[in-house]
Amino acid sequence: MSGPGELLRAQALSFGYGAEPILRDVDLSIDPKEFVALVGPNGSGKSTLLKILLGLLKPDSGSVELFGVEPSRFRERWRLGYVPQRPSLGRELPATVQEVVSMGRLSRVGWRARQRPADRREIEHALDSVALFELRSRPINELSVGQQQRAFIARAFASSPELLVLDEPIAGVDTESQQRFRDSLAHLRREHGSAVLLVSHELGAVAEDLDRVIVLKGAVVFDGSPKELVAQGVSLGIHGEDLPLWLERLG
Amino acid sequence: MPWPFEREYMQLALVAGLVVGACAPLIGAFLVQKRMSLLGDGIGHLAFAGVAAGLLLDVWPVWTALAVSVLGAVALERLRARGSASGDLALALFFYGGIAGGVVLIGLAESLNANIFSFLFGSLLTVSAADVWTVVVIGALIVLTIALSGRALFAVVADEEWARVAGLPVDRLNTLLAVLTAVTIVAAMRVVGVLLIAALMVLPVASGQLLARSFRRALVWSVAVGIVSVVLGLVAARQWALAPGGSIVLVAASAFGILSAITGGSRGGSILRRSHSG
Repeated sequence: MSGPGELLRAQALSFGYGAEPILRDVDLSIDPKEFVALVGPNGSGKSTLLKILLGLLKPDSGSVELFGVEPSRFRERWRLGYVPQRPSLGRELPATVQEVVSMGRLSRVGWRARQRPADRREIEHALDSVALFELRSRPINELSVGQQQRAFIARAFASSPELLVLDEPIAGVDTESQQRFRDSLAHLRREHGSAVLLVSHELGAVAEDLDRVIVLKGAVVFDGSPKELVAQGVSLGIHGEDLPLWLERLG
Repeated sequence: MPWPFEREYMQLALVAGLVVGACAPLIGAFLVQKRMSLLGDGIGHLAFAGVAAGLLLDVWPVWTALAVSVLGAVALERLRARGSASGDLALALFFYGGIAGGVVLIGLAESLNANIFSFLFGSLLTVSAADVWTVVVIGALIVLTIALSGRALFAVVADEEWARVAGLPVDRLNTLLAVLTAVTIVAAMRVVGVLLIAALMVLPVASGQLLARSFRRALVWSVAVGIVSVVLGLVAARQWALAPGGSIVLVAASAFGILSAITGGSRGGSILRRSHSG
């Protein structure tokens, strides 16, 4: 059963490829407006868990509810914003930043509908909130990795989601872009009161903004405030290079 | 009309050619992004089997080709979506299944006549008014469908996983694209022939991507290059008594070569490399 107002809830999730278990008995939940990081070393099952939470994979056992509904029956998809790790856009795709961000309105207006002035305003606002408005007519593949990442965040913003899910958004992004990324997230949370689930193996600049950290290594090995994790001797901040190290030593 | 379109058969050829020159790149632009550039070829081979079935059953081959291609396109998309076969393996299955089926059916019909060659290589100059009307109606349906679903199709071919999470009907849109491809091929069959159809779906798109910085512009340029290729190809065919289908495709290939040389060609070049690898 979902608690009142929970955006996302997973209970007793297990999953494996063949005989090899990837996830064992995973429980987690996200409340409205919460900023949660799901961290774990490489191979900890983060990506698999994310796919199950988004409804892209079915768990072997256990249940998932998105906004109180099983993922396959969840229709109000605009309430969920998703930023994939490495979006599979072709390197040669002739698409402008604006065209990519415009996709984000599809889940709001339906795939057959035409864009209305209100949609265009939302798209421009999303571009503005990640500081890409000036670059909106540039081809996406001419942007830096950090700028592209922000364009994909703007695409997720464009539907004004209540829950934003980001997969490894700061992998390979320089410190300045991390700071801009942090500002963009802060903007979205302030403006829409969106909750954020950030899946990563490092936290960088956003560590200071987190409400909760969930550490995954096949199972949930920690679920609590960043303070409690720091009390265990782990440094999380932008210079917290030892978080990945600590994660690798886990278990 | 002025030379070379003063004769009725050339006027009919021009109308059919213009529709195909616009529609083939319009669908091809999505296939190229999806890395399924050769889908047109695979379905073209199925259309060949359909034509042979029509000749055997004494039904207008356009109908049988349409039926076989659309059913094949849906089956191919199902195979790919369920992961039973990878995209290029599924394609190979239909490539060879189509051509083998066609050869067997022609053998049964004992009609290895000139008629089948007009479908293999195109036969613009024997296009009838009924053929042209069919092409025009099919073309209008294709343009209308793209106008309605183009945004969603763009999202699916650009980033399928994201589109799924965003709640787009990805499987249905993929099937729609495969069916549109099949329908385009049947429309283009009499113009460039099943063996050259994929060229008209891919080459103008490669040119369009050299010229455009947005997807919308790339669509417009691809269609423009497709239309110009058809007109120049027809003119050349009339002037030097060449095979029209081949002339059209050679013009489209030359257009890409010239544009690639002018623009420095890095983007289009990689598109061509990709479509060769399947």
